[in-house]
Amino acid sequence: MILLSLAWHSLKNRRLTTGLTVVSIALSVALLVGVDLVRVGARDSFANTISQTDLIVGARGGSLTLLLYSVFHMGSATNNVSYQSYLHFKNHAAVEWTIPYSLGDSHRGFRVVGTTNDFYEHFHYHRDRKIEFAEGRMPDGIFDTVLGWDVAQALHYKIGDPIVVTHGISEGRGILQHDDKPFHVVGILARTATPVDRSVYVTLYGISAMHIDWADGGPPMPGEETPVSKITKDNLEIKQITAFLVRCKSRIDTLGLQREINTFEDEPLMAIIPGVALSELWNTIGYAEEALTVVTFFVLVVGLLGMLVSLYTSLNERRREMAILRAVGAGPRKVIFLLVLESGLLALAGTFLGVTGIYAVSALTQPLVEHRFGMFIPVTPPSTTGYVYICAVVVAGLLIGTVPAVKAYRNALADGLSIRV
Amino acid sequence: MTTTNPAVAAESALRLQDVCFSYRPDRLILQIPYMEIAAGQSVFIFGPSGSGKTTLLGLLAGVLKASSGQVMALGRDLSKMSNSQRDHFRGSHVGYIFQMFNLIPYLTVEENIALPCRLDSERRHRLNGVPLHDAVRETASHLGIEALLHENVTNLSVGQQQRVAAARSLIGTPQLVIADEPTSSLDFDRRERFIKLLFENCRAARSTLIFVSHDRTLMPLFERCVSLPELNRAAQSL
Ligand SMILES: Nc1ncnc2c1ncn2[C@@H]1O[C@H](COP(=O)(O)OP(=O)(O)OP(=O)(O)O)[C@@H](O)[C@H]1O
Ligand SMILES: [Mg+2]
Repeated sequence: MILLSLAWHSLKNRRLTTGLTVVSIALSVALLVGVDLVRVGARDSFANTISQTDLIVGARGGSLTLLLYSVFHMGSATNNVSYQSYLHFKNHAAVEWTIPYSLGDSHRGFRVVGTTNDFYEHFHYHRDRKIEFAEGRMPDGIFDTVLGWDVAQALHYKIGDPIVVTHGISEGRGILQHDDKPFHVVGILARTATPVDRSVYVTLYGISAMHIDWADGGPPMPGEETPVSKITKDNLEIKQITAFLVRCKSRIDTLGLQREINTFEDEPLMAIIPGVALSELWNTIGYAEEALTVVTFFVLVVGLLGMLVSLYTSLNERRREMAILRAVGAGPRKVIFLLVLESGLLALAGTFLGVTGIYAVSALTQPLVEHRFGMFIPVTPPSTTGYVYICAVVVAGLLIGTVPAVKAYRNALADGLSIRV
Repeated sequence: MTTTNPAVAAESALRLQDVCFSYRPDRLILQIPYMEIAAGQSVFIFGPSGSGKTTLLGLLAGVLKASSGQVMALGRDLSKMSNSQRDHFRGSHVGYIFQMFNLIPYLTVEENIALPCRLDSERRHRLNGVPLHDAVRETASHLGIEALLHENVTNLSVGQQQRVAAARSLIGTPQLVIADEPTSSLDFDRRERFIKLLFENCRAARSTLIFVSHDRTLMPLFERCVSLPELNRAAQSL
């Protein structure tokens, strides 16, 4: 108890170095815990790029490919899904809702997604977030289009602007333009910080209308196009889509339905569970987070070395203090304990400050970070790794404290009662 | 003289026999064939600078361990004790005053004086149930520093600091008070006043006082005087 009070007073006496040491430890601890929080947040946000979707269904092929083109609109499907099959599963007893996607066209580098209003009604991301309109409304007519937030920002579109869709996926203006069938912007989606922002949404009818005169993958001869005025929903036929999202009425049905889709006889289909597929994907690209952790570990080491330096350099000034303590009956063991206690207090204070600091900062900046980076940083108690870090810092502080302590012990033995300055 | 008569041992506060000490193996600092100090005496030990006075006090206080020989203090053999036993012995039975800079800078005067009692339970028990706070106040009043108790030690004059150091060495009535040139930084008047205070307090507590200095003008004040160079064989061989 007396040693604790001595350690406390001694640290208080060296306020400046104590303060700086605590701050440097706090900063490294904050960084360590912060990186952990961000890592959890990033993983979580990534895994929730789409949520409340139980299955993603596409033509049989690689599951990663399906995930990439359906969720991230990257790459392309090798095969399509017939509209019949889609309707079959849409009306399946176990299915609550579906969202069809028809992909393959683009607009100035952004993917064009044909879908139905089910998308605006049912699509969820980040657990329970729904699509919202920043402006305008859902598409209604064949040539209505709704833009993701990034698309509208990047291309400076507003409601009512005409846009021309390019056949195939290309940056900028492609070779085959659907310029005979321009679309009109009727809505702009609010920012989601998911791939939704980088897509252009049209109706499935719109996709059909663009390709109405096409035959065998080629465009109609000039002058043979069906004029826009003659196209109605009645004379359009939706033959195929690229993929669809499925929500089951009950989670228990998911695996059964997945099996049913995978073994569907009419057409080779494949269903994947997005959560599982997303974490698999994260694990393959997640090595960056390890690199980050390694870097923060080094920052922590630097912080602790700073403590070592400050304690060690203070020892010379404190030789007299040690001699006095020895004279009043404190043995070398108590001297060691005193110094270890001091570093323990420093590490503890630094850790406490760092942890509370980073939690305060993340709580305060949570809305901002979510808005800017689309990442939801959960302000929850530290994960197990978090606790391990915190304990490790305190233990490391104690261990490092033994270095100056042993030095002080040596000094005390060598000096005896002669006082050195 | 070489026989260990318990009656004699109880009467003598300190007894050194064939004691050798060296910091480094190649250089003998002290070699004392025999020295005895009776309990309750006030003893003046003098010698020139570098003659090993502080080293001798280190042996008596049990901070240093004799390379050979026997150091008996209060009837116990320090040379046979372990390091921590000697630390404990010093904590409970010895008061020590340095030449200067006696005080822990980050503690108040009161906390400095109380320190030995807070580090050692035996020393605290010897207060006979008087609360530590009151014991500190009483000791301080004996030395005329009662008014300074809540001062920061860095605000004290050197003379005041030495009196605080004396109070710390006297609290809990240790049997042995050891002072290593405590007056060398005081002027003549204050030197005498300080020594008189120290005497009074040691006498009241029946403590043995070992006082070291190279200043022989102080000699007449003491009951007994010892010249270290005469006692120390190692010095003669230097
Ligand atoms: N910690 C130490 N390590 C090595 N040698 C030491 C140590 N302390 C003292 N000495 C040596 O021992 C000898 C005696 O030193 P000591 O301090 O006991 O002398 P002193 O009589 O107290 O001198 P002063 O009057 O100057 O205080 C000196 O030669 C000194 O160099
Ligand atoms: Mg000396």
